[in-house]
Amino acid sequence: MKVITRRDFLKISGVAAVGLTISQLGFDLTAVQVYAAELRIKGAKETPSICCFCAVGCGIIVATDKQGKVINTEGDPDHPISEGALCAKGAASYQIAVNENRLRKVRYRAPYSDKWKEVSWDWALDKIAANIKKSRDKSFMEKNADGKVVNRTNGIASVGSAALDNEECWLYQKMLRAFGLVYIEHQARICHSPSVPALAESFGRGAMTNHFIDIRNADVILNMGGDVAEKHPVTFKWIQAARNRGATFIHADPRFTRTSSKADIYARLRPGTDIAFLGGMIKYILDNNLYDEFYVKNYTNASFIVGPKYSFDDGLFSGYDPNKRAYDKSTWALEKDEAGIPKRDMTLQNERCVFQLLKKHYSRYTMEKVTSITGTPQEDLEKVYKTYGSTGKPDKAGTELYAMGWTQHTVGTQNIRTMSIIQTLLGNMGIAGGGVNALRGESNVQGSTDQALLFHILPGYLPTPRAQWATLADYNKTTPSTKDPRSVNWWKNRPKYAASLLKSFYGEKATKENDFGYSWLPKLDPTQDASWLNLFDEMYKGTFTGFFAWGMNPACSSANAGKIRQALARLDWMVNVNVFDSETGSFWKGPGINPKNIKTEVFQLPCAAFMEKQGSITNSGRWMQWRWKAANPPGEARPDGEIIYDLFRKVEGLYKKDKGAFPYPILNLKWDYETNGRFDIHKVAKEINGYFLEDVPEHPVNKNAYKKSTLVPSFVFLLDDGRTSCGNWIYSASYTEAGNMAARRKKTDPTGLGLYPEWAWAWPVNRRIIYNRASVDRDGKPRNPDRAILKWDAANKKWIGDVPDGPAPPMGTQGVYPFIMKPDGVASLFGPGLADGPFPEHYEPLECPIEKNIMSSQRINPAIKIFKGGPDVFATCDPRYPFVCSTYRLAEHWQTGVLTRWLPWLIEAQPQIFCEMDKELAELKGIENGDRVVVETVRGKVEAVAMVTLRLKPLVIAGKTVHTIGLPYHYGWLYPKDGGDSANLLTPTVGDANTMMPETKVFMANVYKKKGR
Amino acid sequence: MAGKSFFIDTSKCTACRGCQVACKQWNRNPGTKTYQRGSYQNPEDLSYFTYKLVRFSELELDGKPRWYFFPDQCRHCLEPPCFYTAQSLGVKAITRDDETGAVLHNPKVKVKASDAKAIRESCPWNIPRWNKKTSGMAKCTMCIDRIKEGLLPACVKTCPTGAMNFGDRDKMLDMANKRLSEVKKMYPKAQLLNHESVRTIYLVIDEPKKYYQFAEAIDITGITRIAAMKKLIQPVINFSKLAG
Repeated sequence: MKVITRRDFLKISGVAAVGLTISQLGFDLTAVQVYAAELRIKGAKETPSICCFCAVGCGIIVATDKQGKVINTEGDPDHPISEGALCAKGAASYQIAVNENRLRKVRYRAPYSDKWKEVSWDWALDKIAANIKKSRDKSFMEKNADGKVVNRTNGIASVGSAALDNEECWLYQKMLRAFGLVYIEHQARICHSPSVPALAESFGRGAMTNHFIDIRNADVILNMGGDVAEKHPVTFKWIQAARNRGATFIHADPRFTRTSSKADIYARLRPGTDIAFLGGMIKYILDNNLYDEFYVKNYTNASFIVGPKYSFDDGLFSGYDPNKRAYDKSTWALEKDEAGIPKRDMTLQNERCVFQLLKKHYSRYTMEKVTSITGTPQEDLEKVYKTYGSTGKPDKAGTELYAMGWTQHTVGTQNIRTMSIIQTLLGNMGIAGGGVNALRGESNVQGSTDQALLFHILPGYLPTPRAQWATLADYNKTTPSTKDPRSVNWWKNRPKYAASLLKSFYGEKATKENDFGYSWLPKLDPTQDASWLNLFDEMYKGTFTGFFAWGMNPACSSANAGKIRQALARLDWMVNVNVFDSETGSFWKGPGINPKNIKTEVFQLPCAAFMEKQGSITNSGRWMQWRWKAANPPGEARPDGEIIYDLFRKVEGLYKKDKGAFPYPILNLKWDYETNGRFDIHKVAKEINGYFLEDVPEHPVNKNAYKKSTLVPSFVFLLDDGRTSCGNWIYSASYTEAGNMAARRKKTDPTGLGLYPEWAWAWPVNRRIIYNRASVDRDGKPRNPDRAILKWDAANKKWIGDVPDGPAPPMGTQGVYPFIMKPDGVASLFGPGLADGPFPEHYEPLECPIEKNIMSSQRINPAIKIFKGGPDVFATCDPRYPFVCSTYRLAEHWQTGVLTRWLPWLIEAQPQIFCEMDKELAELKGIENGDRVVVETVRGKVEAVAMVTLRLKPLVIAGKTVHTIGLPYHYGWLYPKDGGDSANLLTPTVGDANTMMPETKVFMANVYKKKGR
Repeated sequence: MAGKSFFIDTSKCTACRGCQVACKQWNRNPGTKTYQRGSYQNPEDLSYFTYKLVRFSELELDGKPRWYFFPDQCRHCLEPPCFYTAQSLGVKAITRDDETGAVLHNPKVKVKASDAKAIRESCPWNIPRWNKKTSGMAKCTMCIDRIKEGLLPACVKTCPTGAMNFGDRDKMLDMANKRLSEVKKMYPKAQLLNHESVRTIYLVIDEPKKYYQFAEAIDITGITRIAAMKKLIQPVINFSKLAG
């Protein structure tokens, strides 16, 4: 029988022309009926939610049937950021809700046992509470070695979690601080910690400056230190929207990725050489007068005079102490006049003015040097510099999008600082289509940072108390100040936020007389750094008996994961809360570990997934969005908030009953978030916003009267005398007497620039683009009238457009400087507050392929801490590890894969760990595409599938051929069994000089074909 | 011919694979067991459980890497050879919805392995797939259940960049032609694939073979269209008797 072959198709398309139709041939409608019988979601309940993966904050509609079962999840077409779109991960959300592998029961692993046992919630929480009390009482320190009051628990640590809702994060840190913990860390440390000091030093706040939709307003988009198509896929909607308008998209990255495939310009560079690449751009901008002169003179510290003690010589700034590996930053101070106001030279000619020092510093970053460091061909550098430099005109906007590619380095903070300098020079800050945009990688990592699940801050970026600040007055003395009347220095209000925070902690127990309970807060030693790497180092040394891994998987997510896995075995007990089992929860049965030797008692608590609870999360663009509950969690799983709420009650009960070490912070903690006997997340949300605690008949701000127990309208109304409470000042105005602002879904867009001011809520005070005062001239006129986010209405004396960065009139009309969060009121080209220098300087990664830094005699960042001994080993320029190696994420997975590996649609798309390498390297090592290989560093090895690709290329660095390889870090031994283990078994324990961000983006490795089977 | 069409603009596709997963989600297709084979593409191919697959192709052009993505799916031909072949074999598994033009396989109809093979081979794009366990055939349904209710197909709805588009055929053709003229300025080799014969219109910026072996149906040189038709009418008529 002759059948039609593939090749015949085009011929047959003419059949209709000779009079034959399908209908004539016999038409069977069954197939139509099979598919179109009834729309599955017809009549289903639709609940809006926000995706739980990256922090773009895409809308998801969760459909449930009459029984409350999730039957469909898809994009929310009304959502202004995603407009119905979801990437592979978001599209797979259904399988989080409907998944046979979800944790449904509380599980307990007894010391030395080789199996889990299912237990009841009550039994587990009672036992955990008893463990907490035991560990706390044993390790509680009222006074440190110097006799200073510290009131802290040294024996318990916590990591987690950016996967919690804002309210849960706030509640969790409140509980931990009541327990006296100072080792409080989470994903943010190893994700965007350098962004905060880099951006805060430059502009005043640590957050992404603009927001996702705003990317469409850019003329040039630079994605460097990031990889949007892989890590934040829906961002590409707005990149594409900008490109449709004619914008140019640049991707600079060591690997040619899915992002590069859509770039107008792609530039390759060696991992860890971004400062050299960008330093060259600073030089190019200055040499070619591409900077925005008005902006630089008026809105930056370019004209400020630096004190005579400042110097820079051969890679070292003044004030360096090699023994301490630290700088005396006082040598970088700005010069001030008699009134205490920084001296300026508006002509920018003074040789000690910031502008001239900047010029001098970057004059060393010549094309030749930059190319020899980065490996980027000069013509590519020039193309990038020229294109990006074109945005220095007032009517042009350039934006930068970055993520871990910049943060996870020993120079992480300075990578971001370098771009901040470029954006400041080009006048791209505070404008539509501009900004230095830190793309966050977990759905609520912005929120969890804001809520201060980090050792060094309290909610709203107030510093954690330290031993040297014995009283609240001492603490308040560290409040930033300025002598310049035209600088707003918003941080001057800090004492109000601190007092209101303490009131939210201890309620009526916090009184003026007792310093609002300040002494109950745990205090760090004067220079103590309790950040991630130190936390696990202490755990490895046996400092902690107890540990919470709440919504985290450090056994895979941490640098030098092998060390972490060993450290977990030194604990007496661990609480692990998650949606699925993880390599952390089950570490005691991991590869090479005999459970019989592991004493750690493990409690695994099953929690609700995002659509199974309500609460808010804050996306990367600072939008606080409410998620509604669509379904019940499976089995006995519970929302994290409820677990935290009950756990604290149990511990409190024990202290009420049995006393114990320093019980006051526990017994005096305000813990009243119930309605009708049930935990009520709205009460926490309101606590975060803040209340008037007494009638305020005539408020000092506006003379209005406010009633006791009403919600404060915003942080402007907070007081330092105990009459207000506020759990987090930057979230004040999010839940007011007008309602829950995060739950708003109105899509008006008065500026036409995509601000959507009535969709959800953005901190601070619903401002959508921070530093927006820098978008106008001295008279308040938009410098780019076509994309005006703000303008001053002189007649009515008010601002129109976005919520201005402070209500004061524009700078020229008795107004104020635009960068209100900086004591000097301007953006900092010169940043004397950082640990490793006021100007970014290129240093090699700790592990690098070249013996000598081409820029100076300092091979590595002189101010980084280097761990020594045990599992902390390093190998640089070592022939055993000749290849530069990097780790990264894929579009189909999220973080350690702790959620995504369990979702069949995603593990189908990216089933196993692989190692990408260039063809030349593969030939050199006799490796073919698809071979099984071993990737090895001095710390560990990982098996992977070889992916030999044209997308990686060797670079010539200082005359030497350098190959780069890389692996995604989404995998772990637990599941799937053939997926491979964590790439973090390879990465080094070394941190950034300012924030201890591990350098997981660049280290040295070897790769070879696996022998045998 | 009216009805609906897809316009798939590969120049905007970032291979986020939202479409691949959204398709599985809507159609309740399971994730299949896969292995890393040295490629981002997985599953390796379309299957009874995979109607939509983003194909990855990397190459070098003037010493620079290119990475082409091709979100492959049924073309919903105006005159579907799978249908004719099925008819010729007496297999009543395939039909077309007249309103939309969606070509549908009824997975509940059991098809013999050899017939399924013939049907698959008759597809110039190598789309339909057969399942050994159920003996049924399946492929993209154009989300007929969704589009009948005025919803977009799942793959289109989820696409972040505008690579996936769906609507009335004339509008999609307009959109495709307009976009082609824009893209051609940058990429002279840009083209639409078989757009006159199919309802899934792809725009590519380079030769289709560089994307995927079956991206485009290739005409046979040396045989005129009319001659080809004459050659084909015979079997079709004969087979139609069998179909009756």
